[in-house]
Amino acid sequence: MVTTRGVNLHEAALARAEPSGAGVEDYLALMKPRVMSLVVFTALVGLLVAPGHLHPVLGFAALLCIAVGAGAASALNMWYDADIDARMSRTCGRPIPAGRVLPGEALAFGLTLAGGAVAVLGLVANWLAAGLLAFTIFFYVGIYTAWLKRRTPHNIVIGGAAGAFPPMIGWAAASGGLALEPILLFLIIFLWTPPHFWALALCRADDYARAGVPMLPVVAGAQETRRQILLYALTLLPAGAAPWVLGLAGPLYGIAAIFAGAGMVGLAWRLRRPRAGGEAALFAYSVVYLFAVFAALLIDHRLFGSA
Amino acid sequence: MDRRDDESGIVLTEEQKRRRRARSIAIALSLGALALLFYLVTIVKLGPGVLRRPL
Repeated sequence: MVTTRGVNLHEAALARAEPSGAGVEDYLALMKPRVMSLVVFTALVGLLVAPGHLHPVLGFAALLCIAVGAGAASALNMWYDADIDARMSRTCGRPIPAGRVLPGEALAFGLTLAGGAVAVLGLVANWLAAGLLAFTIFFYVGIYTAWLKRRTPHNIVIGGAAGAFPPMIGWAAASGGLALEPILLFLIIFLWTPPHFWALALCRADDYARAGVPMLPVVAGAQETRRQILLYALTLLPAGAAPWVLGLAGPLYGIAAIFAGAGMVGLAWRLRRPRAGGEAALFAYSVVYLFAVFAALLIDHRLFGSA
Repeated sequence: MDRRDDESGIVLTEEQKRRRRARSIAIALSLGALALLFYLVTIVKLGPGVLRRPL
């Protein structure tokens, strides 16, 4: 496929048929390990709070498959987006635009890991979990990366679903089915994603504009983005508390979710008036929010047996 | 590494050789870990039944 955008990026390198100069760390970077840590943690919580018992070895193997599947999706994302990554200061140092990994290598790496992760998860846990993992990879690469990202400012609103699936996969791996609880966990991450990414996009609006990616701050401006962030934070607050309100989690979780959600709303409210570092603070806090809410759910479940 | 490099072919630099060796070691370790994981998963899933087969 010499016509893919990624391959064109390194036409010269391919013409010389240079041997790969990629190091192990470059392949690890293709898997976006920091994103993977959030995926693994939320999937772990989904797996541990689900009814039923999964042997620790099988649980570890299932988590490994989910992590590798997420890494595969990231590698395929980097393969497809190599051209816009090269135009953004945040991403120009990634392995493909920097020329350390050839696009074809990243594509083969991503496809191999994706196929392996789905197949092994199906054999180790069950085919519902494997199917959800396959759909998540497809959604992230096919729907978000290839279709929405370059076409609509709502790219990460819809595409955020890909990052919201891991707790459902963990739940399905442990229980063999789905229920209201994992759907609520999905909803929390789904509503959390827009304010999280738009805070980053506000910091990097010039970058996205240069790369031609229609992120909300580029298309609708900073003020409208701040308004949307506040709306999503206000929606996230009750969604975060929903597992407690519906009796699926205990008071410890409820208090943690309300306080963490109120913090998110507070930072989003302060963001209405531009101030130095406001967006970066919200971005950093949003990561803490997700860890805190899921950790609270896990602790609550272990202490009170809820969910 | 013992392969004689054809002068008209590709000659790896020392850095490329070092990186290729690191990749090879990483692949070997990953395959070893995968074999161990498959072994453990088989034992856990089948338990004593792994021995119950027609001879």
